[in-house]
Amino acid sequence: MRRYLLRRSGFLLITLLFTSLVIFIVTQYLPGDVARVILGREAGEAAVQDLRAELGLDDPLPVQYFRWLGNFLQGDWGISYSTKSEIQPLVLSRLRNSLMLAMITLVISVPLAVTLGVIAGLNENKPVDNTISITSLSVVGLPEFITGLVLIQIFAFRLNLLPANSSIPPGSSFAEALPMLVLPALTATFVLLAYIARLTRAGVIEELKQTYVRTAELKGLPHHTVILKHVLRNALLPTITVVAISFGWLISGLIVIENVFNYPGLGRLLVFAIDRRDLPLIQAVTLVTVLAFALANLVADLLYAYFNPRIRYE
Amino acid sequence: MTASPLFDTQEEQGLQSTVDRSSGRSKLIHSLYSRPTSAIGTSIFLIFLLLALLGPIIAPYAENQQIVSDARQPPSSEHVFGTDNLGRDVYSRVVLGARNILLLAGLGTLLAVLSGTVLGLVSGYRGGLLDEGLMRFFDGLLAIPALLFALLLLGILGPSSSSVLMVIVIVYTPIVARVVRSVVLSVKQRGYVEAARLQGERQSVILWREIFPSVLPVLAVESALRFSYAIFLVASLGFLGVSVQPPTPDWGLMVKESRNYVDQLPWTMFFPAAAIAILVVGVNLMADGIKRFLLAPD
Amino acid sequence: MTSLDPILSIENLTVAYYLHGEWQDAVRDVSLQIHPGQVYGLVGESGSGKTTLAMAIMRYLGVTGVIRSGKIIFSGRDIAAVSQADMREIWGAQISLVPQNPHSALNPSIRVGEQVAEILRIHLGMGQVAARQYTLELLHQVRLPDPKRVAESYPHQISGGMQQRVLIAMALSTKPQLLILDEPTTSLDVTTQAAILDLIRELIHGTTVLYVTHNLGVVAQICDRVAVMYAGELVEDAPLEELFNRPLHVYTQGLLESVPRLGETKLNARLKAIPGQIPSLGARPQGCVFMPRCWLADESCKERPPLFEFQPEHRTRCHHWQELIDVQAGAPRPTGVDHATLPLQNIPSSVDETAPPVLTLQDLRVHYAISHTLGEFVQRKPARQVEAVDGVSLEIAAARTLGLVGESGSGKSSLARAVVGLVERTDGQVELLQASLPARLSQRDIETLRQLQMVFQDPEEALNPHQTVGSTLRRPLITLLGLSAGEADSRIDQLLQAVKLPPEYKDRMPARLSGGEKQRVAIARAFASNPDLLIADEAVSSLDVSIQASIINLLNELQAGLGTTLLFISHDLGVVTYLSDSIAVVYLGRLMQIGPAGGLLEPPYHPYTEALIADIPIADPGARRAPIRLESETPSPLQKPTGCPFHTRCHRKIGVICQTQAPPWQETADGKRIYCHIPIEQLQAAQPPILKI
Repeated sequence: MRRYLLRRSGFLLITLLFTSLVIFIVTQYLPGDVARVILGREAGEAAVQDLRAELGLDDPLPVQYFRWLGNFLQGDWGISYSTKSEIQPLVLSRLRNSLMLAMITLVISVPLAVTLGVIAGLNENKPVDNTISITSLSVVGLPEFITGLVLIQIFAFRLNLLPANSSIPPGSSFAEALPMLVLPALTATFVLLAYIARLTRAGVIEELKQTYVRTAELKGLPHHTVILKHVLRNALLPTITVVAISFGWLISGLIVIENVFNYPGLGRLLVFAIDRRDLPLIQAVTLVTVLAFALANLVADLLYAYFNPRIRYE
Repeated sequence: MTASPLFDTQEEQGLQSTVDRSSGRSKLIHSLYSRPTSAIGTSIFLIFLLLALLGPIIAPYAENQQIVSDARQPPSSEHVFGTDNLGRDVYSRVVLGARNILLLAGLGTLLAVLSGTVLGLVSGYRGGLLDEGLMRFFDGLLAIPALLFALLLLGILGPSSSSVLMVIVIVYTPIVARVVRSVVLSVKQRGYVEAARLQGERQSVILWREIFPSVLPVLAVESALRFSYAIFLVASLGFLGVSVQPPTPDWGLMVKESRNYVDQLPWTMFFPAAAIAILVVGVNLMADGIKRFLLAPD
Repeated sequence: MTSLDPILSIENLTVAYYLHGEWQDAVRDVSLQIHPGQVYGLVGESGSGKTTLAMAIMRYLGVTGVIRSGKIIFSGRDIAAVSQADMREIWGAQISLVPQNPHSALNPSIRVGEQVAEILRIHLGMGQVAARQYTLELLHQVRLPDPKRVAESYPHQISGGMQQRVLIAMALSTKPQLLILDEPTTSLDVTTQAAILDLIRELIHGTTVLYVTHNLGVVAQICDRVAVMYAGELVEDAPLEELFNRPLHVYTQGLLESVPRLGETKLNARLKAIPGQIPSLGARPQGCVFMPRCWLADESCKERPPLFEFQPEHRTRCHHWQELIDVQAGAPRPTGVDHATLPLQNIPSSVDETAPPVLTLQDLRVHYAISHTLGEFVQRKPARQVEAVDGVSLEIAAARTLGLVGESGSGKSSLARAVVGLVERTDGQVELLQASLPARLSQRDIETLRQLQMVFQDPEEALNPHQTVGSTLRRPLITLLGLSAGEADSRIDQLLQAVKLPPEYKDRMPARLSGGEKQRVAIARAFASNPDLLIADEAVSSLDVSIQASIINLLNELQAGLGTTLLFISHDLGVVTYLSDSIAVVYLGRLMQIGPAGGLLEPPYHPYTEALIADIPIADPGARRAPIRLESETPSPLQKPTGCPFHTRCHRKIGVICQTQAPPWQETADGKRIYCHIPIEQLQAAQPPILKI
């Protein structure tokens, strides 16, 4: 178990290092001269050259990479080119918002999705399963912005129940923010629900085929004991991984959803930064997001290992 | 000599399977149309494919033709989907947009499947450092959520159709390669592949003749799945305004642009959004049908 | 109910599965009775319906299976008509199952003890504490060392043999009226199998048992009455000795004759294979199901035979049972039959002993590295490795067969793969026809590849499913012999003829061939280049015995005709002694014994060989054997014992020397070499483990 933990953490570290490198290299190729972007079109060539030197843009790339990574690790995330302010507080406050939205979504969708998936899986090819499967097959494919816009049409414009715009002002309390969170969270739930439910269903169906199920049935155990104690214990194990994978899915979804609802999260910030070619901001947002995704994966791995005796007692 | 002349059961079975084999393709179509869900999905896809092919013939107006006198019209017999604030015919733009999204998603998927197949075949078969290196590299790429990566790349490449194409290829190649590789790993242990190695067959022959046919069903299913995600991705990128630029008749972009007038001109949003929704669901249902046909246990 | 009433009475039972859009009978019109205390064997090859019948008795047929007609009377009730709730009262309490493949039969994420205890709580009404206590007692009864530790373990932490003991404990815990054992030892190694059979024999005393198996050797040791099934029908049903001594169905007789008896070799007996194939579920004949393969079949067999009763206890579903009695009494067999007409082929009785060997292995080693964990990497520990083959030296004379015997984990497959080059050897020399073989396949030239070919274990994976038989056979002719496409095509017919397949087969896809036919094509492919050395790695192990015999005969004939040298690898000592000229026994990557095949069954033996011989299930109810049972199971190759690798299990261990020092090679006068510390004279004194009474 300890060996497993070490291996996973080591793997996480390598992955992060690698992605930071990818992000760094990719952002180096953003078109346009950064110094020119900061100073504006009218600035003189000399001023641009000075700024390049000051920003260290003339140094060799490896030097720039390690300086950037070192600074990042020390909490110096640089100054945004477009807002001219410190990046770290901005990104952290947006991260908080995004995480809040993600958590609400997960709390609603995971139990619901797993329940639906289990019900569908236990009733394979029966009407209940077909209804759940076809619905999720249709819903899972719908882009988030379509779902979001439909929900806005219904709940904001027709029923006037909830705001269409979720641009929570800074410093709002949770109670104030809550109405604005409902529609974005609901949209994200739709996407996640179908996705997790489908994978859970597949897991249950796979597990029901295993020979140990026959052993348990032929012991004469009550059917519900066979299902609850024997089947689900194994079938739900992979859903931990499924939830971790769906977290990556959720991140992608949230980028779109935040833009649909004008929600002040990392996704909205990223599109803004790309729009402005704000290099340090793009780097920071991307790296923080990848870090969050990687951590979620690590937690899932550890939970999986903890609940799976085949790994726990390696 | 193996069976008595009175009961040549082998022969009967043989005849039957010959018939089955010659009609594999029509069997797929038959299978897709034997379930209402995949039948609907396949039909939807075929209709949109027709729109994409025949777009300019079907569309009554050019994509950016502005009829100022008819601007901001609700759906009518003249403009069945109404007109937008610039007086462009929404129906024509939706019809002509089909080509845009299917071409981007289709071509992108095709290229990703090709490169992913080659990489997956070679990496899985050769193994060793090449395989290890490539897979760790892909792991790193896949640690970045897809849309995030797409945005990052579009930020560098700049918003254009060819950028979107590249994004699809870069984001999906690792996924396809991994799927192909996993099949290769299981197939290359089989007796007939090892026998081919002992016969001194060239690597290309082994990959193509011995291994690839077994990869094909999984690859077909994965391609269908990737295609449906690519449509999803193209639409989302259009909506975020980071892919193709106005006035291209991109459905996602049309939805984004219509948001400013949605309370007055709801039809400008409804029709492109509905087109996306129907196409995505249709392709999903079709992909599910293909999966059931190709991967179902006999 | 008197003790004469049967516990289980099956009357005209037909069970069907819904497949490819129609109902197909897997078991047709079967009747049998099991009386209290009886150990009833149900024997059949794959597709015989034996497992379906067993599952029907428990009424556990899945969604697609259904009891179409007939009755299953179990202690006065018809199982087919019992409610689902009542079935749960019967399952585990009155009828228990010990399943095949213990590894997948236990729930991987529940502790072993709890999996036993739950059955006690349900059926015996025990509380938590009592159930736990009784579980330990049960685990002790099935001879598990340290029951406490086993109870606390998860299934993956204990070996396959221990898992099967747990399942036996579970099944016996409620003292069921009927115990069904479904191939309980099939997935186990032969030494483990012998120990489990001992345990079963000991524990079932007084219990009524239905023992389902394909292995006649196991039946002979454990059952007192046997029913033989073929293609869904019960074809014969008799007391054990009666069935073995006087089989009254051509199929039963063929089955008994297709297994080599101990002491039989290719030099003194030809295996009598049953011609043809087992029909698939949808293609069973209407009349007698065995007719297409039967040498006695005539027009009358188009009519389904009734169940003839030869004696009150001996029933057969064969029209010609009386003729069989005549044949057994010495009447000549009718001619025109595959096996009866073919004489013993010209197997070379003597080979030029001075000729140089075809294959020479010098200290061959194959080690697989286990990848480092991060911790080990940081601590700079050396990489761990599995020493799959750990210094094997041997040679094979031209046109001879060397049989290589070993259990799982012995490294026999690794050895084969290293010789042909599918894995790279770590160290040592391999010489083929006096020429040193490069370790890597890519460094071997075409001529070397031509000289050395291999037949693989699994016929299902032997042929490319997307290529016709002809196209599969054409490739080696082109790549290895350099023939043109036209020349190759004419050779394909010859190859098919050589493996006794009709020429039409060249246009067939593998999906249309049976397992035995696939293996024939694989053999034809290997012989296409006329190799000097052919390696057959478990080439007949996954085939049914009736098919297995014909493949063994085929290999022998081809070898005799072409002068090919054969390295035959198998876990089945019976088959190996039948067709080998010399035999090597491997254990944990090392040779234990090597020598002429003729002397293998006579002392002196290596203690491991002795145990292997004692543990072969012999298809002869009269055989008696010395009870040699090995301790525990084969250790993991990762933790190989020091000194003699066999010392942890050896029943003749002489002391510390076995643990600390590698044994010497000792040689007997007749050329047998033994890797053991015990002096030859003492080993010579060992009794032959099998004593025929």
